Amino acid sequence: MKKNKHWLWGILLLLTFSLLLAACSEDEGTTDEPAKTEEPTDGTSTEGAEEAVPQVLVFGRGGDSVSLDPAIVTDGESFKVTENIYETLLNFGEQDTTINPGLAKEWEVSEDGLTYTFHLQEGVKFHDGTDFNAEAVVKNIERWKGGAEEQYYYFHSMFKAEGEDVIASVEAADEYTVVFTLSRPQAPFLKNIAMSPFAIASPTAFEAAGDKFGDNPVGTGPFRFVEWKRNDSITVEKNEEYWQEGLPKLDTIIFRAIPDNSARLNALVTGEIDLADGINPSDAATIEGNAELQLIERPSMNIGYLGLTNTRPPFDNKLVRQAVNYAVDKQALVDAFFQGRAEVAVNPMPSTISGYNEEITGYEYNPEKAKELLAEAGYDGSEIELWAMPVPRPYMPDGQKVAEAIQKNLADVGIPSKIVTFEWATYLEKAKNGEADAFLLGWTGDNGDADNFIYTLLDKDTIGSNNYSYYSNDEVHKLLIAAQSEIDEEKRNELYKQAQEIIFEDAPWVPLAHSTPLLAGKKGVANYLPHPTGSESLINVSME
Amino acid sequence: MLRYIGKRILQLIPVLLGMTFVVFLIIRAIPGDPAQVILGQQATEESIKALREKLGLDQPWYIQYFDYLKGLLTGDLGESLRTRQPISTEIWPYLAATIELAIFAMILAVIIGMNAGIISAWFQNSWFDYIAMVIALIGVSMPIFWLGLMEQWAFSIELHWLPTSGREEVRNPVEAITHFYLIDTLIQGRLDQFWIAVKHLILPGVALATIPMAIIARMTRSSMLEVLRSDYIRTARAKGQKMSKVIYKHALKNALIPIITIIGLQTGLLLGGAILTETIFSWPGIGRYIYEAIGYRDYTVIQSGILIVAFMFVMINLFVDLLYSVIDSRIKYN
Repeated sequence: MKKNKHWLWGILLLLTFSLLLAACSEDEGTTDEPAKTEEPTDGTSTEGAEEAVPQVLVFGRGGDSVSLDPAIVTDGESFKVTENIYETLLNFGEQDTTINPGLAKEWEVSEDGLTYTFHLQEGVKFHDGTDFNAEAVVKNIERWKGGAEEQYYYFHSMFKAEGEDVIASVEAADEYTVVFTLSRPQAPFLKNIAMSPFAIASPTAFEAAGDKFGDNPVGTGPFRFVEWKRNDSITVEKNEEYWQEGLPKLDTIIFRAIPDNSARLNALVTGEIDLADGINPSDAATIEGNAELQLIERPSMNIGYLGLTNTRPPFDNKLVRQAVNYAVDKQALVDAFFQGRAEVAVNPMPSTISGYNEEITGYEYNPEKAKELLAEAGYDGSEIELWAMPVPRPYMPDGQKVAEAIQKNLADVGIPSKIVTFEWATYLEKAKNGEADAFLLGWTGDNGDADNFIYTLLDKDTIGSNNYSYYSNDEVHKLLIAAQSEIDEEKRNELYKQAQEIIFEDAPWVPLAHSTPLLAGKKGVANYLPHPTGSESLINVSME
Repeated sequence: MLRYIGKRILQLIPVLLGMTFVVFLIIRAIPGDPAQVILGQQATEESIKALREKLGLDQPWYIQYFDYLKGLLTGDLGESLRTRQPISTEIWPYLAATIELAIFAMILAVIIGMNAGIISAWFQNSWFDYIAMVIALIGVSMPIFWLGLMEQWAFSIELHWLPTSGREEVRNPVEAITHFYLIDTLIQGRLDQFWIAVKHLILPGVALATIPMAIIARMTRSSMLEVLRSDYIRTARAKGQKMSKVIYKHALKNALIPIITIIGLQTGLLLGGAILTETIFSWPGIGRYIYEAIGYRDYTVIQSGILIVAFMFVMINLFVDLLYSVIDSRIKYN
């Protein structure tokens, strides 16, 4: 019996520590690894040691890309990578949506706004050796124009108006001059041209690769494609023949998909990644408290809102919609669920966008006023459904909690509500069909133009796509259509300001917040400037 | 024996066929439109319609189903609606990642689970037995999500022993040949990378092994208890045979049938991919592949992915049935 007891001890020890033992033996293997990378940075910070920092950046993000052919995709995770492989004729500013030279060094616009002439950079080559010139640009535009709408989706959505191509023709005037002729003036034309989907790809490569081009991307960008392990990582390396002297600074960028936000932060803390996208506002304090990390803010260009389906009772009554606007305490939402890292929204677009109406001050938090309006509207106190987003988005980090707070606000003024939620694709589909009473949703701008917010989200034309609230006002529609082809900036802004006034009065939504999306990086990541559109070139980034 | 195998494989055909039919109907019954999801929030009505036509989604469902079956008969698993890649080539890396992790986890689960069960049974009602079974109970009911994050916190952030996620050190990538990284690194003679790949397997492997380990331990214990009460074991013990000999030579063999059954079922489950484990540890496996396909309403990937997983599941069960006759020669298949 005694002998047995000894045996028991041995087995117990073996079992309980078997995992630890397995892990312990790694000890020598891994502990020297972080030490190795840290030594040059904090051990010796002389000039000699600086060279030793490997110029490799691992960018951790929430999902994988769909394809690396920017012309055919619509998801931000694809553009994050293609922005570095390809270039556009024009670039956005580093952290705004002003227009800057890109592959086109200069451009001219005719008086009537119908002819755009671009003068291209000379001596630029695609990664496969093909020359970049006017003919290459023409071939790209022809590829998009000639393709089916559902394939070159962004091209058709940005350059088509009332079923007609905005770009009537594109010609190569000489080797380095391209002339675009429009069928009608388009105010945000240059901004559209600067968007990631309109990057210029190597004609030789896309002609040869056909449908497979997205797996073998070839552009003129600072980085060339190396490898893609799906759902795992995408690797790009420095383009040694890049046309801008001394750029890029990094040798390699690896984009890694880490779907869980907490796990991504863990990977950053251990140094497996250098930069992490999609940081929860609630983790911001942890990052700021860590001496080895930096918190990075992406400039805000989004809106999170509570949509009120304008065709469903009780929200078919303007007074009820206004009442809800008074009932919701927006500042409290921003403080509690965005950790203050957001601006309370007043209009359907952020104030940085040209055409924003500053005279509108918004609906203040005033439950009494809300009750009065509800009484005036003759609201019968029937229960509404309040839809909560099932996924976190930069414009809405925690839909469930925001919905709970709004539910309380609504109950305070006598509107009973039930919170419901669906799987994300179902949620969007049902909301688009107008099945929701009130729903949380949001939008991140593509090009920093007012049209991309107000028309896209609230025009009667976009009911069935992005106008989830079924808001329809003919006067607003007239103003927005006029603004699309008005090329005088001041007159155009005036049109948007008028539209915002009507929208304010009609109250199709409760605008909630313009959030500041957060990222985090190792201290050594230098010159990383996140772009408000959500994707940026990492050409200037270096590791120190 | 061969006839038996042939018969069993023939029986699989209606099973798999029925499964494709059920999956096909269910995913079309849920709301949401692949064309809408692919084109994103900005899509217009016309472009959605055009894409639906192009993807063949405008056809009546039974025509779509027969087209799909026709493809399957010629070995064509279809094309992903989202990435437009053939699924037969796209799926392999995911499958390999899952198989590698599942095998690793099952080895862990079997070794620890079976031994814990054996000892518990031998020392029935001892404190080891109680502790082991309480741990097993906790293991069965452990939320994997929480366990995974705790593992990362303890072993990666605090102790710096193991990496938090992924299959490889991305700054020093493995060149994929078979997509089983343990094999690929060995083929290339990269022992350093082999070791890195093993380290990446440990945390997700432990997380994944927890539940099967606990189930195997409980099953082994109850099965062993039954056998240990039989006369021939009493005789063997009375003869003064060594404990290890009594257990491994006499008892275990006869207790093995239900244990093997459980191991087979659990292996099948793990091969289906563990979505939670794969998400927390960003393991690019088949579970997340199918799960994401559901989010995108990528019908063909869901159908074919589940078909392959189901196929592996039934094959493992067939293998287990065949193992019975090896373990117990009284079981014969004719």
